[in-house]
Formats: sequence, C-alpha cells, structure tokens
Amino acid sequence: MGDFFSDYQVGDFFDEMFAGPGAVRPHYSKLFARFKEMEREEFERKRALAASTFLTQGVTFTVYNDDQGTERIFPFDLVPRIIPAEEWDLVERGLVQRITALNLFLHDIYHTQNILRDGVIPKQIVWEAAHFRPEFMHFDVPRNIYIHICGTDLIRDKDGAYLVLEDNARCPSGVSYVIENRQTMKRTFPSLLGQYRVRPVEDYSQELLNVLRYIAPGGKTEPTVALLTPGVYNSAYFEHSFLARSMGIEIVEGRDLVAQGGRVFMRTTMGLKPVDVIYRRINDDFLDPQVFRKDSGLGVPGLVEAYRDGNVSLANSIGTGIADDKAVYHFVPKMIRYYLGEDPILPNVPTYLATIKEDLAYILEHIPELVIKAVNESGGYGMLIGPQATKAECERFGEKVKKNPRNYIAQPVVPLSRAPAFCDESMQGRHIDLRPFVLYGEKVTIIPGGLTRVALRAGSLVVNSSQGGGSKDTWILEDDTASKNGG
Amino acid sequence: MLSRVADSLYWMSRYIERAENNARIADVNLQMLLDLTNQKESDPQQQWDPIISSLEENEVFASLYDKPDGRAVIDFVSLQKKNPNSIYSCLTNARENARTTSEQISSEMWEQVNRLYLFVKGDTAKKLVRNSPYEFFKRIILGSHLFQGITDATMTHGEGWDFIRIGKLLERADCTSRILDVKYHILLPSGEKVGGNVDTIQWMSVLKSCSALEAYRKIYVGQVAPWRVAEFLITHAAFPRSIRFSVDCFDAALHHISGSSETRYANEAERLSGRLRSDLDYITIGDIFKFGLHEYLESIQERLVEVSNAMQASYCGESAIENLPRD
Repeated sequence: MGDFFSDYQVGDFFDEMFAGPGAVRPHYSKLFARFKEMEREEFERKRALAASTFLTQGVTFTVYNDDQGTERIFPFDLVPRIIPAEEWDLVERGLVQRITALNLFLHDIYHTQNILRDGVIPKQIVWEAAHFRPEFMHFDVPRNIYIHICGTDLIRDKDGAYLVLEDNARCPSGVSYVIENRQTMKRTFPSLLGQYRVRPVEDYSQELLNVLRYIAPGGKTEPTVALLTPGVYNSAYFEHSFLARSMGIEIVEGRDLVAQGGRVFMRTTMGLKPVDVIYRRINDDFLDPQVFRKDSGLGVPGLVEAYRDGNVSLANSIGTGIADDKAVYHFVPKMIRYYLGEDPILPNVPTYLATIKEDLAYILEHIPELVIKAVNESGGYGMLIGPQATKAECERFGEKVKKNPRNYIAQPVVPLSRAPAFCDESMQGRHIDLRPFVLYGEKVTIIPGGLTRVALRAGSLVVNSSQGGGSKDTWILEDDTASKNGG
Repeated sequence: MLSRVADSLYWMSRYIERAENNARIADVNLQMLLDLTNQKESDPQQQWDPIISSLEENEVFASLYDKPDGRAVIDFVSLQKKNPNSIYSCLTNARENARTTSEQISSEMWEQVNRLYLFVKGDTAKKLVRNSPYEFFKRIILGSHLFQGITDATMTHGEGWDFIRIGKLLERADCTSRILDVKYHILLPSGEKVGGNVDTIQWMSVLKSCSALEAYRKIYVGQVAPWRVAEFLITHAAFPRSIRFSVDCFDAALHHISGSSETRYANEAERLSGRLRSDLDYITIGDIFKFGLHEYLESIQERLVEVSNAMQASYCGESAIENLPRD
C-alpha cells in the first residue's frame, strides 16, 4: 500500500489532521483509511488527472514580473482540508458579525462619522488612509451596502483557534478555484467525497448574481448586469470569465463601455445597450480617468458620474478600501463592540500600528520577531517576515517604517496551522490559511468553506499564489455525527 | 452581443479554419511529392514554391531558410513562430481570441481550442512534425473538425454562433480559392503535357486538399480534367468546401444576424455578399476560363475581403457604436 502517513511529522504546530503523532482527528479518519488502502500508482494517476484537468480548462493565473506574463496553473494539493460542522458554525457567525460591522462602519464614515467623534478610532487613521474617498461623503449607496463581496483571510494559531488575518473588501479573488477544486475532487475522489457529507459550493455564482441584481438602481427587477475586467492579461482573468460565464452575464472591458448623459452603455452589435449593475474587478483608482487616475486606460470616462446619479450600481461600492486598510483592521473588534454591542466572535491577530508612538518604539525594537506589512499592499508584496529576514533586511525595513509610519503595521509571527500536503514524494506538514467568501445582499451568505491556500515551500508562511503557494479543496461537513464512525 | 466579442468570435473561427487549411495544403503536397519522385526526375523545389506563394509569406520564408525543401516548408507551415500564418500562430491567435470570449462560447469549445493550443505548444507536436508530419497534420485537421462539431452541438445557434460560422466560411472560401490557385503556379516539368500523368496527379492533389476527390468522382466519370475540378470547387452548390457553398452559407448567416430577408439587404456586408452570391449562382466555368482562372480567383479573394471589412464595420467597428438604443 502507499504508506503515505507513516513518516509524517506533526511538528510543533496545530495540525489539521493529527492531534499528535499517529493520532488522527476523528473527522479525518475516513480520509486516513482511504489513503491507507491506496497504492502509490493510483495516487499518481489521480495527480496527473487533476493537473491535466486544470490545464485543459485553462485554470491558470498570470505571474507578473516576468517577460511575457507567463500563465501558470495554481498548484493543487489532493489532500482536502476538512472542517467539522460545529467549527464552521462558529466561523460563519463570526464572519456575519464582522461584515455587518464593517458595513455599518463604512456608512458611518461616509456620513456622520460618529465613531471618530466618539474617539473609538483616531481621526487621522481614517483621514490619512490612502483608500479613503472624501469625495463620496454623504453619498448614499444602493440598499446601504458597501461591501457586497468580501474575502476574509482566516488563520489558526497554535491551539487551533481561528483568527482574522485580514479583510479583503475591494476586489477579492480566488473563489473560482474553490469551485474548480471541488470539480476536480469529484473526478479524483468521488467515493471519498460520497462517504463524507460535504456541503456543496457550486451555487456561489447564483448567490452572487442575486446580490448584484438586488442592488440594481431603483430596485429595477430585470437589471442588466456586467462584469468589468481589466482584461485578458490580468492575473485573475480566468476567474472573471469563469464568474461571468456561470452567472450568464457579459464580461466587459473598459473599452466596451461608454458613459453618456449620466448613463452607462455597452457597445454591442446592435448598438448601445444600457447597463444597470457592474461587478467591477478593477480597483477604484482605475475606474474612471475623469475622477481618479488620469492615466487609466482600463476604466470608463464618466462612469463615476453615472454612479453618483444613481443610474448604475457598483459592487463593491467606491471607497471600501478604507475598511481593509491594515491600520483600520486593528480597530475592527472595537467597531464590533461600538456598532453591535457584541464581543467579537473571531478575534484579530494582535497588531501594532507604527503611527502610534509607543507601538512604533516596540516595532523598531522587535523587528526580527515581527511580521511587518505595508497597509495598502496585498498578495504577499511589501512585507517582511522578521524571523526569516537577514539583519540588513530588518534594518532597511526599519528605516522605511520610521520614514512613513502610517504606511506600516506589525504583527507577531503566528505559527499558522499545518495540514498534510504531498510534497517531494511524501506527505509533509505545510502551513495553510482559509479565505471564505462572504456575500452581502438581501441577506449575508457565506460559501461553505472557501479557498484553503497552502504554502508549499517547506517552512514558508506565505500562502499567496504569487509566492509559491497552492490550494486545497475545503470540505465543510453537513453534520459531525456521520464523520466520526471510522470507515 | 458586445461588438468586441463578435469580432473575437469571428477571428477565433477564421484562425482555426486557417490552421486546418494550411495543414491540408501541406499534407497533400507532401503526398504528391512522394507520388512524383516515384515518377521521373522532377525538381522538388518547384513543388514547394507555390505553397509558400499561396500563403503570401515569401519574404518571411526567404529570411528564415536557405531553400524551400520539404523540411523547411513543413517547419514553416507547422510550428514556425515567426510565420504569422503558421499553424502554431493561427492556433495561438485562435486561443487568444477564445480567451477573451470564453464566457460566450461553451466550456467544451474553450477546452478544445485550449487543447489544440497546448498540443502545438508541446513536445509531442515537435516530435510529430519531425518524424511523422502526416500524423501532425491529421491531428490538426481532426482537431478543427472536433471543434466545429462541439460548436454546433454545444453552443446556442444565435448571434455568436453566426459570427463563428461567418468566420469559418469566409476563411474556407478564401482557402479553397488559394488551393485552386496553387495549381496555377505549378509548372509542369519540361516535356510533360497538359492532361498527362503528372498534370493529372497535380489536379487530383488539389481535390484531395479539399477532401473533394471522392465527391468529385461521384459526379464526373473518367479523367480528372482541370476545368471540371475548377468547376466543382468553385460552383458546386452542395459540396461543403466549394466557394459557392461557403458564400451561400455565410450570406445566410449574415441575414440571420440582421433578421432581414435573403432577397434584400440591410447593410453593406449583405449587399456585397448577395452580389457575390448571385454571381457564383449564375457564372459558368466557360465564363471563368474566358476571364482567366487566376484572375477570377483573385477577384473572389478581393471580394471576400470587402465583405469581411463591411461586416466588421457594421457590427464590430466604431459605426456600430453610435446607434443609441431606443428604450
């Protein structure tokens, strides 16, 4: 038999599958049994099948900083990550609470700013944020919803407790991989998937379409919805086209749209056709060269005017970037208490703000122990992992922080949980995170699970696809009783 | 449908058809060469020149290779990246166009285009071209047929499908005229007479390029005669690779898009294609030879370009954009 787990090292981390050496957690026992009876050749066949499936389907992303923008497959690991129903219930409640508070915060910030007046968040944190859009003060968004689609990154600490690492409230990507990963598991492990009762993920696109239709201007019942992409060379283009196709809507580039008289139209073979709702996968800065970056060739001149006139709705709304600013993140637990009067269900990772004097001093003294992040960057760019950096790198980063404190935060290195992944011909513990996708329309719906990203390089804590990460299918169980009876 | 998408679907389809036709021409010529070398001494160089001419890339070819022998031409036609019309380039362009419309075409269509692209990009294709070009060309032709079958079976037969049809048929009409024209460039070896053995083999290979030999045999008995081959490939009403059939079908597709009756025209593209269509309906092979076969084929190619330009101006270009909707 394949003997996949006999040499597996649990290590000094929280392991998703093993409570200790050889001690399989109950919800993984069926999976463990399945791998025990599997020959190496069978596993290799499954791996080859999975890889060729992704390639022919063109499930690829584009790597930047490369001559030609090479297309690559997002590496896929065949060992699924399994989350029991009870555990997921807590995560789900925590995410609903968080998105509710973040939306109330955005509405408040763009209207009366009570939270600043009451001194819960220092004024300058908001006013100095790069993605705060004062030009949208007192602007009412449809149905008062700002963040329609949120990708919240969760990690688990040494004790297995779920923590929020960051919120992605602008244009989070990755959901297409969740759905494709499941398709692949259905082809490669149909019987195992059948033994577990796993909650389906396929209806995400329908739920997303419901949200987009719900925010149509004036409550229009049959709105025309389009997805706005930066184009085929964008790293997430596959996802854009995947979502447009599964929702049955048009995928448009900036040049396909034209704004006239406060309305937005698509250029079609039969002339101009009005558009009501735009799911834009372009950041604020590039939306409209008349309002934001003048050099943007991706956007649509006049789009913002149409949005202001209430003739076209955007998801997400303009200005949500203030909610996922990494310095504002620090205050989310306080927001939850302030707006909802509740204790946060999912805690934050402790965060030091370089803009606060005492924190800055602490950061500069402890760089080698901390993770330092630029507040507006994502995708694993613009960060320093202290324990893995050289002394010179630490010093250089320290200078950057001193020069522009508002731009940096620091967090202790959280020993992310690990899960088995097949690397270098054997099963090895690799660090993982989880990005569930939260949809906010008539109600809040959360995709059961989300994207489990895995850092495939040994010891690496960076799970981003641009930095050598891969992904796993994430199985949320319908109920926990079925999973515990071995087999 | 978005104008940009209509344009991309049209070009995706044209490029796939072009890849297929290039494979056909190269394959048949390869076989013909075998037939001829078994005959008496004939200059192989003479054999390949017309192919390069028909692809209209003489200069690129001359810059890459010393002489037009079989190996050079096969490389040039199949995987040469610097040849904008090589099978590799065509399929790369087809795939790029498919990628920007992949939410409009069915996922099965997308996967087939992508599979073809991955094939010409991969090592298997390189090996096949080197060791067994016949097999390589066969796979390209089959891959294109599979794509057409998948398209017809999985895509809604609406506007997008019509643009795909127009692209395929325009390209096919153009290619058939070029294949026929290849014979014009081929000189008979000295001492050979028109209607002789070599001449017959050459005309048969023209038919084979269009998968038309068997269909031809069912209609015409006896010797393969030049004027009959030309008549068949230009004016036959029901053979799917004849110029007339292709023009009939894209004319119908144009009317299907606009919804106008086939006896009238709603835009410049329909007017031009209708004129071309009626010309092909009523012309005889005698007229064509009187006019000059080569000249006639050239005029067909020019008129196809005019239809294509007018179609793009009506649906894909700026003029389509200025029409504000009535709502």
